[in-house]
Amino acid sequence: MNYFDFPLEEWTNTFVDDWLLPVWGDFFDVISNVLTVIIDGVTNGLLFIPPEVLTILLIIVAWKYAGKGVALFSLIGCVFLGSVELWPEAMQTLAIVLVATFISVVIGIPVGILSATNAAVDKVVRPILDFMQTLPSFVYLIPAILLFGLGGVPAVIATFVFAAPPAVRMTALGIRQVPNDVIEASKAFGSTSKQLLFKVQLPLAMPTIMAGINQTMMLALSMAVVASMIGAPGLGTTVLTGISRVNVGLGLVGGLGIVVLAIVLDRITQSFGKKA
Amino acid sequence: MNKIEVNNLTKIFGSHPQQGLKRLSNGESKDDILEETGMTVGVNQASFTIQPGEMFVIMGLSGSGKSTLIRLINRLIEPTDGEVLIDGHDITKMDKSELIETRRKKLGMVFQHFGLFSHRTILSNIAYGMEIQGMAKDEREEIAMKTLEDVGLKGYEHSYPNQLSGGMQQRVGLGRALANDTDILLMDEAFSALDPLIRKEMQDELIRIQSRLGKTVLFITHDLDEALKLGDRIAIMKDGQIVQIGTPEEILEKPADDYVSNFVRDVDRSKVLEASHVMKTPEVLLSYKDGPRVAIRKMEEAGASSIFVVDQEKQFKGLLTIDDAVKAHNEDIPIQDLLIKDVDKTSPHTFLNDLIGTAVQAKYPIAVIEDGKLLGIVSRVSILSGLVLGKEKGDEQTS
Repeated sequence: MNYFDFPLEEWTNTFVDDWLLPVWGDFFDVISNVLTVIIDGVTNGLLFIPPEVLTILLIIVAWKYAGKGVALFSLIGCVFLGSVELWPEAMQTLAIVLVATFISVVIGIPVGILSATNAAVDKVVRPILDFMQTLPSFVYLIPAILLFGLGGVPAVIATFVFAAPPAVRMTALGIRQVPNDVIEASKAFGSTSKQLLFKVQLPLAMPTIMAGINQTMMLALSMAVVASMIGAPGLGTTVLTGISRVNVGLGLVGGLGIVVLAIVLDRITQSFGKKA
Repeated sequence: MNKIEVNNLTKIFGSHPQQGLKRLSNGESKDDILEETGMTVGVNQASFTIQPGEMFVIMGLSGSGKSTLIRLINRLIEPTDGEVLIDGHDITKMDKSELIETRRKKLGMVFQHFGLFSHRTILSNIAYGMEIQGMAKDEREEIAMKTLEDVGLKGYEHSYPNQLSGGMQQRVGLGRALANDTDILLMDEAFSALDPLIRKEMQDELIRIQSRLGKTVLFITHDLDEALKLGDRIAIMKDGQIVQIGTPEEILEKPADDYVSNFVRDVDRSKVLEASHVMKTPEVLLSYKDGPRVAIRKMEEAGASSIFVVDQEKQFKGLLTIDDAVKAHNEDIPIQDLLIKDVDKTSPHTFLNDLIGTAVQAKYPIAVIEDGKLLGIVSRVSILSGLVLGKEKGDEQTS
């Protein structure tokens, strides 16, 4: 079957070794340093606040936006995380998730807006998103390690690749779903394209965009274990330790920690979407 | 000057509109062009003018291109060819900022499905046009509040569109267009989505607003009754072309072709024809100074049992019956003492529809009076013949 002899493997390695690393190495170092500062800042911030205080804050937010049930669940979840002595790990995971989600939103929403309003952009963006969502995450872990070393930074990058697509897709969907007569009305009264976007399209797309952010956050959490394989500390590390020591209990405790975090984050961000 | 002037306005949807344009100017039909090139002719060389303060109605069935046409006026759809002069300025040649300025200052629009901003309160919906022009919040909300009261929505300022009924939502749509204080209102099937009672109410409201504010209105509808009721003039569209422009009476009486006459065949004439269209000049008039003897002779000549009395200035004085004329003659009473003053009266602009009830009960013909002058009389017979045969003397019409 070898008709063409396609040495993709060698090409890629040559590309990475001879061009990407030597030419762009410094650039990636800058990104790496900036991200490290952000991740460490968020992690330390979360760890600095006493667990009790953070729990109460979380309960207040949950109560206000998502109701009593979610508030109660948040209390139980936080007490659980503390009781199995996984609070610091949970905060480390949360920090990675928050940073990755933040980057996904900052990049994803503008890209989503562009691809909703510009057919050419949409044509380019779509296959890239398909690629990001379906390429096995281990494949891009390798270059992530090469470019950013081990630790939180490659974890955030890998998480971004996997989790950003829903933010882009749902933003584009939300904007496309704005009824045509509403857009016509806005234009007919003399809106500029900017006014149309910020006063009409984005506010009306907001519930859909929030659903996208919610999905991004869930996908980011689901990357916790993978992230830990490249040195990001957190609940994923606990699960990995459980696996390597064949310690079922430890694995379950770590896994449940991720689930608790996921449910609390999901319910609260979903309620944001409904409010918007 | 014309408020709106439209010349040869054409819209062709498809990949090579210029090629379609050429075919159109060669006289090819819309169907041929669609079949041979796959392109749709939306509007085909439409031309008309609208005067300031005029209510101009474009009537056509769905697919006739009327909704496309109204969107070409404010360039929500880009025209393929032709010009649209708003106060003498061609909107098709404007750059982006001129276009936005024209839309803001001159063109208000009301939509069939309202097009309200569901995330904004009623007040903020109405204030939208002013908001995007950068008017301060206090100022625009004050104007919006006034407009809101004008369109009968007081108390709903903090509600959201989905909390309102269809009729009220369209009041918001109307208010949003009025608040901007543009001279021109574009109304795209504005009342078509409303139920009949609310629709009538909104039509009356629009007529009131228009006569108060003197807006120039371009109104699109598929409903001929609505067109006849609202329009000072009506343009009838078919397959993207305007087939006839005229006043409601002209459309009814002289349909330009079979298409239009098929349309108007089933029209309820009673809602279009006015008293002045069917009234007759009273066959006998009695000057105020004539005595009962003259009155009796004139009634005898006319074969009538009563006669209207006016003075030299044609001012209406009253009605004299034959019995009273005889009584006046025999007992030598001045006839002015025997005049019946409270006969049924009407203005020349009353629709026949509103006269039928009166005519059924009236003992005498109805007097058509304007500024105290007797212009004519309307009898039960003339109403009925008007409804059946058309306006003015029914016996002159052969069809």
